[in-house]
Amino acid sequence: MSAAPPVIEFNNIIKRFGAGRPGESGVLALDRISLSVPVGEFLVVVGPSGSGKTTLLRLINRLSEPSEGHVLFEGEDVRALDPILLRRRIGYVFQGVGLFPHMTVAENVAITPRLLGWPKDKRETRVDTLLELVRLSPADYRNRLPRELSGGERQRVGVARAIAAEPHVVLMDEPFGALDPLTRDAVGQDYRRLHDKLGLTTVMITHDMLEAVLLADRIAVMHQGLIIEEGTPHELMSAARTDYVRDLMQMPRTQAARLKGLMEGGAP
Amino acid sequence: MSEFGERFSEALARLPDYLGQHVIVSVTALALGLAISLPLAVVATRHARLRWPLLAFASIIQTIPGLALLALFYPLLLGISALTEAAFGTGFSALGFLPSVLALTLYSMLPVLRNTITGIEGIDPAVKAASLGVGMTPRQSLFIVELPLALPVIMAGIRTAAVWVIGTATLSTPVGQTSLGNYIFAGLQTQNWVSVLFGCVAAALLAIVVDQLLALMESGIALRRRVRTAVGALGILLVLAAALVPGWSRPTAAYVVGAKTFTEQYILASLMQQRLQANGLSAARRDGLGSTVIFNALASGDIDVYVDYSGTIWANHMRRTDAQPREVVLEEMGAWLKKERGIALLGPLGFENAYALAMRRDRAEQLGIRTIADLVRHAPQLAIGGDYEFFDRPEWAALRDAYGLNFRRQRQMDSTFMYSAVANGEVDVISAFSSDGRIARFDLVTLTDPKQALPPYDAVLLLAPRRADDKALRDALMPLVGKIDVELMRETNLRADRDEDKETPAQAARWLWKQIGAQ
Repeated sequence: MSAAPPVIEFNNIIKRFGAGRPGESGVLALDRISLSVPVGEFLVVVGPSGSGKTTLLRLINRLSEPSEGHVLFEGEDVRALDPILLRRRIGYVFQGVGLFPHMTVAENVAITPRLLGWPKDKRETRVDTLLELVRLSPADYRNRLPRELSGGERQRVGVARAIAAEPHVVLMDEPFGALDPLTRDAVGQDYRRLHDKLGLTTVMITHDMLEAVLLADRIAVMHQGLIIEEGTPHELMSAARTDYVRDLMQMPRTQAARLKGLMEGGAP
Repeated sequence: MSEFGERFSEALARLPDYLGQHVIVSVTALALGLAISLPLAVVATRHARLRWPLLAFASIIQTIPGLALLALFYPLLLGISALTEAAFGTGFSALGFLPSVLALTLYSMLPVLRNTITGIEGIDPAVKAASLGVGMTPRQSLFIVELPLALPVIMAGIRTAAVWVIGTATLSTPVGQTSLGNYIFAGLQTQNWVSVLFGCVAAALLAIVVDQLLALMESGIALRRRVRTAVGALGILLVLAAALVPGWSRPTAAYVVGAKTFTEQYILASLMQQRLQANGLSAARRDGLGSTVIFNALASGDIDVYVDYSGTIWANHMRRTDAQPREVVLEEMGAWLKKERGIALLGPLGFENAYALAMRRDRAEQLGIRTIADLVRHAPQLAIGGDYEFFDRPEWAALRDAYGLNFRRQRQMDSTFMYSAVANGEVDVISAFSSDGRIARFDLVTLTDPKQALPPYDAVLLLAPRRADDKALRDALMPLVGKIDVELMRETNLRADRDEDKETPAQAARWLWKQIGAQ
């Protein structure tokens, strides 16, 4: 890895929910997590629901605060940063998209620039550039409302909105979970190309191992509040240390093999 | 012109005044209600702990009957006014506009609070999370995302509040606020159904028009049709202008004549107004005031003159329970009014409108009842009907205790329907008013009161403290003093109360003046 300091760094993070009342220790959502994300990396955090992966993501832009430990963003403790300004510096793609239903595509995309006080003409140009980037024709899509879009188009707009204010970092919370497999693959691959082209650092959360393997530079596997393994897709596929991860990494391969068998068996 | 046409055009002539006042009081209350409820509702969505007490308070207000809520504000404001008078040397009018606006404001709160809270809480959590995630401050999230998305639900609440307020504003008449309710209250008392219906329909139409215009604005905002929103807003402004402009051009009257809520009072108030105008004095009316409200309104100078009855003041304000002859009551009352309240007694009109127990003539003869003392033996088999206040009044207690009266049943009813109720045999005895024209029409007899348990009820002209030495006012009204005997008053009342050839109070008043002049 490069010598540049990590963009995001978790130091001994503990997060408890429901604690605070006397006699209650609460639920331990994150148990001493330490993890760093270097510049330009596409990190995918994989884990079943309840493993703590969404909580981990929300700590980065202070939608949630750790019970113990520190989160550093570009070398600074996020607790020292204004959460509103911090969020405007970080792109966020939401589970279930979360487009504003009463705003047009253009208004949705331009929201963070608007909050940052960009002049109107600069916002307009930016919207067109962004729509081109996510492969939506500006002329066709600018003035549509979210309800007039397909699921894939909506998520493309969601991506455009996340990168509108030219952030260096994008956080993605199960962004493609609700899409059909074809769309999902296309939008995922398109985003990976954007990541490389714009030199972004991306942290994405998913429970789909195949998606993780296909998109990630590095994968962190979470289970019950712990990162049980991390490494490149290749490392995890070839040399997983735990049974759980080995089984998990086996899934894409088994599926591929089954698929291959089906194709050959079905051939004349 | 037909009788209907006549009454209709008479009602129509009052529309600019009544509608204008109705719109002013409704719009002020609604605006004030929105200004309070919207921020409160937003705060309640941010602090869940406030929600329950706030909604509970608004719900409790809603369960108080509109009339009671309005009536409660009058004594409250009167007290506050007395305090500011003492503290800063200036009081304010506790009659009419202020109590009406405050009560209606409270009334408008529940639908706005509830719908705003529901609307904001009902927004898709993903959208709310997104508004934070893209870097909005809570305030930006509120104005850019939450309020616009909750707007249809909030507007529905505002529409409900508007309809409620416009409807309930008709009840502000008894606390002295002129409204479309004046048609209804006056019409009910004089059995002028055209007037009652006119008031109801006018209030309903106003409510529907305002509701539809608000709906138009709402759909304009939701569908992003600027024209539609503008048309709705313009319509609301037009309704306001149409209602208010005639009121501005009307000169304010120099004198205000008050009237309680029954026919005789409407006639006498009309008579006084006609006399003032004949003497070149401008005079306005405050009709349909409650018995306590009107007395306090005179004392504080909100009205300048009205007719009350000596027994009412004797019992209700002087708190006297002893029975005294007519002259003694008049004399002591005059002195008390001057000393305690600064009110001037111009003089008695010449007739009494006393409480009198009345029965059907044939029934009284059949049972051999001529006096209240004769009634005592039969009372356990008989039912008595009285107006809403009679059984709570000291007169009833005095009568009951003096004779030991004990009826099989007591029924409260509107004084308008009391006379036909005894004539139809629904009740056997009623607490009639001695000057009521219907005593003659239904052939009722009034029972004499040998023990003089009921105080005398001389009709008296009272002047507000600041008008006590007003020569022009005194000269205009003096010709009425001592000129109206009970037969003349009964006949005049009957002209406005009868079903055939019914006259308006103003027509009856003119007839009455002709009779006084002929004397």
